[in-house]
Order: sequence, then C-alpha cells, then structure tokens
Amino acid sequence: MGDAHYFGDGLTYLNPSDLKGKLIAIEGTDGVGRSTHIELLQEWLEVQGYGVITTGWTRSNLMSKTIEAAKGGNILDRWSLSLLYATDFADRLEHQIIPALRSGFIVLADRYIYTAFARDFVRSNDRKWIRDVFGFALVPDLVCYLRIDVETLVLRVIETKAMNYWESGMDLRLGNDLYDSFKKYQSLMIEEFDKMAEEFKFEVVDARKSPEDIQDELRAKIQRLLTEEGLGRVPSSAAQGTSV
Amino acid sequence: MTEQTPSSTAPHPYPGKLIIVEGIDGSGKSTQLLLLHKWLEAKGHKVFFTEWNSSDLVKDTTKRGKKNKSLTPTTFSLLHATDFASRLYHEILPPLKAGMLVLADRYMYTAFARDVVRGVSPEWVRKLYSFAIKPDMAFYFKVPIEVAISRLLGGTRGQFKYYEAGMDMNLSQDVTESFRIFQSRILAQYDKIVDEYQLITMDATKDIAEQQDLMRRLVDEALKDYKPRRGTHGRRSLFWRRFDVPKSE
Repeated sequence: MGDAHYFGDGLTYLNPSDLKGKLIAIEGTDGVGRSTHIELLQEWLEVQGYGVITTGWTRSNLMSKTIEAAKGGNILDRWSLSLLYATDFADRLEHQIIPALRSGFIVLADRYIYTAFARDFVRSNDRKWIRDVFGFALVPDLVCYLRIDVETLVLRVIETKAMNYWESGMDLRLGNDLYDSFKKYQSLMIEEFDKMAEEFKFEVVDARKSPEDIQDELRAKIQRLLTEEGLGRVPSSAAQGTSV
Repeated sequence: MTEQTPSSTAPHPYPGKLIIVEGIDGSGKSTQLLLLHKWLEAKGHKVFFTEWNSSDLVKDTTKRGKKNKSLTPTTFSLLHATDFASRLYHEILPPLKAGMLVLADRYMYTAFARDVVRGVSPEWVRKLYSFAIKPDMAFYFKVPIEVAISRLLGGTRGQFKYYEAGMDMNLSQDVTESFRIFQSRILAQYDKIVDEYQLITMDATKDIAEQQDLMRRLVDEALKDYKPRRGTHGRRSLFWRRFDVPKSE
C-alpha cells in the first residue's frame, strides 16, 4: 500500500508510507459467512505464493478476554463498548497489521472499522464521534462487503447457529424477544452498511449466492487489486517479470 | 433513540456538581481532594468520589498491558478513555443526576496532557473525550518538577513506577531522570490546557492547610446556588451492582 494513509488523525509517531503489503477487509453483518471465505482466500493466496495473515475483530492479545467479560455483564454503555473495540483494533493494528504490511504480507481482516461505525451508529444516531475515534486506522486497499437481506440472514442464522444477545442488539430493546430484536437490529445494521458501501466505495458481493460463486467473486476482486498494483502472480503477468 | 450526547465544553444540565482535580504525580492534588471530601461530608453533603483508571471494566487489562509492556501510546490512551467512559456512565452521571456532589481525582485533562506527551495527536485525544461532561470546577495543582520529585522520593512513594516515570518512552535509563523529563513535558502541556479550559490554578508549593483554605473558599462560593439533595440516610455509593466501588484513598 504505497500510498497508505490514515482514516483521520493518524498515529503521529508512525509513518505509513513504507507499508509494502496489501490490506483487504471483509465486511458484512453477523452470519454472512465472512470467516469461511477468509479461510478459503488465505489458502488460495498462499498457494500462489503470497504471505498472508488474518486478523479478526476482538481477537487482540490485549483485549479479547476483557471484551468477552464485559459483554458477559451486558450493562455496557455505548462509549465503553465502542472504545473497547477501538482498543482491540489499535492493539492489532500496531502489533499485527502494520508489522505484517511492512514486511509485504497480505492482511485479510475479518471485519474492520466499518463494523464499529455501524454498531455505534445504531446505538447513538451519531456518526461523527466513532469516526473521530478510529482516525488512527489505516484505510484498506480493498473492502469487500458481503451483502445480505435480513430475511435470508434470519433463516441462515437459525439454521446454522443460534442467535445471541449481542448479535440481536438486545441491549437496544428493539423487540420483545431474540427473534424480533435480531431482525430489527440486523436491518438497521444492513441499512447503515449499505450507506457506507456508497460513501466508502465498498466492493459489494451478493452473499445470497452459493459459497462457490461468492468465493469466485471475492477472488476476482482481489486478483484485480493485486494485478493493478503490480503484485500479480498469475502466469501471464509473472512471465513479464515486472512484479515487485 | 438515545439521550442527547453531553458536551465536554458546555455546562452540564444535571442538578449535582462535579469538582475535579488535576496535576502531576506529587503535586498533592489527591491530598487536597481528600480534605475537601471530609469538609463537604462534615457539612452534610452527599458526596461521591471517583478516580482515574479505577473501573473494573479495564483496570486489570491496563495492569496486564503495563506489566508485559505491550501498550502503545494509542492503546494506552484508548484504555484510559474506556475506563473514563465506564466511570462516567456508572459513577459520575448517576450521582450528578441525583443531585449529589461528585469529586474526581484526575479528569480528561490528564489524558490531554499525558497521552499527547506519549505521542498521540492533541486533536485526536480531544475528540476521543468529546462525550465527557464539563466539570463545574476544575483545579490544577501547579508544582515545580523538583518539588514533586522530592515529595515522591522523600516519603509517600519511595520509587517511581515504570509508566509514571515514562520509562516506555526511552527518555533515560535512570528512572528519576526519566521521571523528570517526562513529567516536565506534562507540566508544559498542562500550562496550555489551563488556558484552553480555564482551570483554576493552585499554587501547590504552599502549605497543605493554606491550599485547602483557599480551595474551600472557592468551592463554597461556587456552591452558593447549589441545592443539596437530602434523601435517604446512610451512604449511597453503589449505583450498579456488578461493579465494585473504588476505594477512596
């Protein structure tokens, strides 16, 4: 990411200009199959010879246990919840993502700052604060948004795993039971994701399609990015020997 | 959908009063706040005390991060903001809404001074805390660095802590020298903050009793229009059952 830049007020003590790798974020609401696709993408990229690391929301060394414990208590206020996510993200950014990008890895991020934006917005109706908070984030080279409609999502989640308290936004008291709440909460989330898709130029992938079709689309988008950036490793471009 | 976001620069709308103290380690601010606390309670006020970095939500995480030295300027700043947010919501707003007096040992200005010295953007950290409410009174205990050092080494502490001395910034191998450099930079930031947010500057080199007399006079004056709430007997110091009350000393 030769022209890497920060989303807002960046890390003043860290110059992002020497980051050689690529940062690719996979966004989408709960239950759209992000992690499955990321696993397949990693395999596909590694077979081609790319160095790949994955990083996931709330998976930092510093914060993962804290967030779990905090969610267990379920009386988190909006600010603490968003700041816990921001701290987790910052820890991963500085200890995983930036070092990997500096060494030329492709970083696949399972969720990115847009998830935090959507979650904070549906809880506050305010877009400004959360975007200010995440000013230190790197703007990804590519954001793929797995888009699904709420009706399909509901069926899929009931089939594959149970609805949980936070994925249903139960803290918002949107509905009387898990089902009603889940539907309303996820509808609000999808609505906000759709708006951001336009604002931030996400690459939208229809997540109602078969997993094979979705994976093909994701690969095509990533391939295009890598080729454009002179990192293509498909035989035709590799033959020209210009990849850096 | 949610209540209106308070503002960190406009007066808050609640019936209680929020009084905060700021200053570097060794400035004597905590001693002064303790004495003020005693005085206010003796006058019959309902007083609630809260201090920096004390919420159960993140205290252990901060401790762990400090211990294995994995905190960066940004995560350090965000963890303290999370702690503050949690205490604002659980410890500061409920008593203020109930009309109590709230005393806070350190407030967002600590982050504006310290986190900026550690290297985060001054604009960013101010935006981060934009959800905070403006205190009714904010005292800054100004002390020369040498006085702070001799107080800390002379008695109350004996030895500087790693982060308190800014050892994470590689300023000096010597802890005392590192403390001197780090806290001097913080003092310089505080000087700017005092003007920016109109903090009341107290001469922290004066005698303890003399400072306290002045502080009490100023608080008395500021509380002229304050109508104390008298409700239940007994101390109410717990607003959410899941969280422990921080020890007040």
